[in-house]
Amino acid sequence: MATKVVMEALSPTMEEGRLVAWRKKEGDAVSAGDTLAEVETDKAVMELVARSDGVLRKQMLPEGATVPVGALVGVIGAAAEDISALVGGPSGGADVAAPGVGAGRTARTAPGASPEDRSSAAPTPVPIGETTPASATGRVFASPLARRMAAERSLDLRALAGSGPGGRIVRRDVEAAGAQAVALGAEAPERLLAATPGAVRAVRPAEPPGAATAAGAPGAIRAGAWTASPAGAPVPGAAITTGARAPQPALPASAQLAPPGGYRDVPLTQIRKTIAKRLGQSLGPIPHFYLTSEIEMERAAEMREQLKAHGEAYAVSFNDIVVKAVALALRQHPAVNAAFLDDRIRYFGDIHVGVAVAVEDGLITPVIRTADRKGLAEIAAESKALAAKARARRLTPEEYTGSTFSVSNLGMYDIDEFTAVINPPEAAILAVGRVTEKPAVVDGAVVPRRMMRVTLSCDHRVVDGATGAKFLQTLKLMLENPLAMLL
Amino acid sequence: MPPSGTRTVSTPPTAPAVDPATLRRLLRDMLLLRRFEEKTGEAYALGKIGGFCHLYIGQEAVAVGAMAALRPDDTVMATYREHGQALARGMTARAVMAELFGKAAGCSGGKGGSMHLFDASLNFLGGHAIVGGHIPLATGAAFAIKYRGGDQVSLVFFGEAAVNNGAFHESLNMAAVWKLPCIYVCENNRYGMGTALERASALYDVVQRACSYDIPAEVVDGMDVLAVRDAVHRAALRGRERKTATLLEVRTYRFMGHSMSDPIHGHYRTRDEVEEQKTRDPIQAFAAKLRADGLLDDEAWQAMEAEVADEVADAYRFADETPDPDPSALTTDVYREI
Amino acid sequence: MSLVTYRDALNQALREEMRRDPGVFLMGEEVGVYQGAYKVSRGLLEEFGPMRVVDTPITELGFAGIGVGAAMAGLRPVVEFMTWNFALLAIDQIVNSAAKMLYMSGGQLPIPIVFRGPGGAALQLGAQHSQCFDSYFANIPGLKVVAPATPADAKGLLKSAIRDANPVVFIEGEMLYNTKGEVPEGEHVVPIGVADVKREGTDVTLVAHSKMVGLALKAAEELAKDGVSAEVVDPRTIRPLDVATIAASVRKTNRCVVVEEGWPVAGIGAQVVDDIQREAFDWLDAPVLRVTGADVPMPYNKHLEKLAKPDVPKIVAAVNRVLYRA
Repeated sequence: MATKVVMEALSPTMEEGRLVAWRKKEGDAVSAGDTLAEVETDKAVMELVARSDGVLRKQMLPEGATVPVGALVGVIGAAAEDISALVGGPSGGADVAAPGVGAGRTARTAPGASPEDRSSAAPTPVPIGETTPASATGRVFASPLARRMAAERSLDLRALAGSGPGGRIVRRDVEAAGAQAVALGAEAPERLLAATPGAVRAVRPAEPPGAATAAGAPGAIRAGAWTASPAGAPVPGAAITTGARAPQPALPASAQLAPPGGYRDVPLTQIRKTIAKRLGQSLGPIPHFYLTSEIEMERAAEMREQLKAHGEAYAVSFNDIVVKAVALALRQHPAVNAAFLDDRIRYFGDIHVGVAVAVEDGLITPVIRTADRKGLAEIAAESKALAAKARARRLTPEEYTGSTFSVSNLGMYDIDEFTAVINPPEAAILAVGRVTEKPAVVDGAVVPRRMMRVTLSCDHRVVDGATGAKFLQTLKLMLENPLAMLL
Repeated sequence: MPPSGTRTVSTPPTAPAVDPATLRRLLRDMLLLRRFEEKTGEAYALGKIGGFCHLYIGQEAVAVGAMAALRPDDTVMATYREHGQALARGMTARAVMAELFGKAAGCSGGKGGSMHLFDASLNFLGGHAIVGGHIPLATGAAFAIKYRGGDQVSLVFFGEAAVNNGAFHESLNMAAVWKLPCIYVCENNRYGMGTALERASALYDVVQRACSYDIPAEVVDGMDVLAVRDAVHRAALRGRERKTATLLEVRTYRFMGHSMSDPIHGHYRTRDEVEEQKTRDPIQAFAAKLRADGLLDDEAWQAMEAEVADEVADAYRFADETPDPDPSALTTDVYREI
Repeated sequence: MSLVTYRDALNQALREEMRRDPGVFLMGEEVGVYQGAYKVSRGLLEEFGPMRVVDTPITELGFAGIGVGAAMAGLRPVVEFMTWNFALLAIDQIVNSAAKMLYMSGGQLPIPIVFRGPGGAALQLGAQHSQCFDSYFANIPGLKVVAPATPADAKGLLKSAIRDANPVVFIEGEMLYNTKGEVPEGEHVVPIGVADVKREGTDVTLVAHSKMVGLALKAAEELAKDGVSAEVVDPRTIRPLDVATIAASVRKTNRCVVVEEGWPVAGIGAQVVDDIQREAFDWLDAPVLRVTGADVPMPYNKHLEKLAKPDVPKIVAAVNRVLYRA
């Protein structure tokens, strides 16, 4: 009995996969469990295994093809079996029972007028039923039209309230959200141009003139605090903003982006698509604010050198020290070890720190689990191993999901400071700059000291200014006095 | 057999005498039907023919005799037990066998099967599987003949079980009221599938039904090819000249079961009965008659057998080798574009 | 243009086609001497004679079969059923003979026949005289099914049906025969398989056929008073269904209510809904709702009968639901 090989969801968020390489040829015998092909998911390169025994009769995709989860990839069957029925159509797609009988059907997909074109003459909508958005299960109910409109406008359905029955999000809800977004997002386009490409030294951000303020802009927060972002204005691809203030409103496409010198378009790889999507879902709906702290790293640096003197096994990086300190600080400030979940805040019992790793064309965040309970050496070893795996695209889903707090370090690229975008649904992320000698004032004299600037991005729905500030204070204390980490 | 009665209205003359060549032709045609049906049974058992298969063995004289009395421009309709009628009307053994095998070269493109053989060019209008359901159709063909003012006739074969059917009754009534040139040929082989006529009919003699419609009717010996030919000839004349319908009860017998799934004997008829009927084999009887009249010798008979055997073997081979319909044939001819 | 009753429009169509093609003839109960049970065939016997306007005994199976047989022999019969309720007796001929003949014969025998008559309920005719049979016949490959709502459509579509080389089930309505409408002068032919937008609108699509078109138009007027702009799409042909026109309308309005006289289970509306959800899924802001006859045999009492049939309030209520209005 011939069976279909389909593109499987090899990661929790995977929606499509790219077939990188076939490991079996047409005609090869296969057993259940054998690797048929390598597939690039949104996160890593995974193996697609056979689920039945037989012969790989047909490879339906060439190497390099990208298809959605569920699409037909191959057929396994007996050597001489007739597989024409399976090879016929795409799985879950065409309606099999509708061949074009002469007068049976005149169905054609005629392009209809876009729903956006029509002017609304509908009376004021009265919502029926509950108006709570996305249920406890996390499932969003929305009409097909509303889904499509939201996708077109880059709106996160999870952030919309539905006025239809059972909280269904319908057209008017998406239109209302869009209207709000337009009201808030009156950012001047020149902000985008303020970003100097390739800037190495990040500039201290200035107060945004005439910024629209959303609720809760805490005055106590130092310069750089930012509140509210225009909904529906994702920053594609950028996990990090260097200097210029995020977020910028999306530009109308082609007109602004076709300079006289020509251009080269590169299609998005899986990982770029994922970054774009995930962080577009972050910066848009999540009200970020930023807290910066300058930390004296003299003692930490000394400790590091002392450890190193004892051999490679004790070699730890500054980032490892930061991770450990972060984990311990989170113990003391559990309010920051949390996640926003639509109708509740989840405070995690364990502390799992995600460490951002740059890979060939993007980044990924492997997780150091229960980092507060691991020693520095263990953290160092693990983070080295995970980083290597990440670069080789061999991370498993268990290794890159489940973090409760993230750390991103651009110090090795000589960045002084930067602001990072929160990894949803986490409440915060720490952006770490380089350790560098700077003049400091000690007992009235100016002396050189090794300093490091960190910026904490917080989700204002979970963490208020004071909470974030206190956490940062503890972190600073630990990093400036590493022995405190023993307590 | 129980006594029969006839009711006729000034009987037209019998058919013109037949020359020896035509007589031998009649025998050969019956033999073709016999050998063809035997081959069909064999093919069915080998799985080359699927679905239902109803053999005409024993009834050859009816189809051959009837067709011999008709013109090419007359119309003919039959039931699902129609291989014999189709061949007798002029379809080639190849076209019929290919259709039984479901092939594209079959007379219905492989889409009709054993029960739906059609050849519009021979005015052989099917091949119908609802008992009695085609009797109104044939009556309609007779209506069209009268409508156009022609002198053709419409002839329809059906079994005796159909005469209890509403469609039979409604059709004969309208044929009588409207005076339509339709010949209703009831092949009374005494069993409607597994039910003997005595158990299903209040009146045993089918001809007696005719008085409900006040149309001429005759009982005919269905094992005698010339008797059948004569009776149909008479009925055709009535139809052509006086637009009168006729009911013919042709008494015959099928030597095989109702269909390939039906045993020859055991449930509803005894072996003795079947064997006794076989002594009245129409082909043997006619061959004997021709021998007695000096029109057939052993050599001629063997040549006939050989020729028919070749024709049937050729049809089988053809049907086996000719291709299936293309899958696109699934959706063709559901509608006719103008 | 002239104002013509639905009945007279049919009469005109029959007369014109019988003059045009000598192979066309009419057959049925009371079509000749009685001038037609509903007077659709008034005057035809006088003009064309008894061979072409044939009174039959009460034998639906028989004369339907005779019609099919005549079509097999090359004529173009129009077989009238006094009402479609009686066609159940003839359904073997309509389905097993007419619909399947071309296919079974491998393309040799087309059946250019029209079966016509009034379908659906009138007033207090009781259970056996009030049924809708659209979906019975719409189910059958090989048949075409047409249900005109207006005199102009009735005339144009009957002419097309008679000229069609295939068996056409032509469903009229007792309650429609007296309705009047503009019918174009001269040769007026409406193609089979093409829907008609009877009223343009922007907020909701109402799909309705036969008697339900009038109801849908009334409902649209009611809705307009409330600021809702309803578009009424009349398929006119049930098989083959003009899905493209219906889907285009739903893409425009984003919501749809299908109105039909017949019973809900496996009714015509169920097919329309299936087509819409396949062709216009991403444009739907609400589920597609149906307003149908009640799922009961037709009662005699006039109040119960009203409850059993679709009406304007039921249509308006369904529209409000798809608009998410209280």
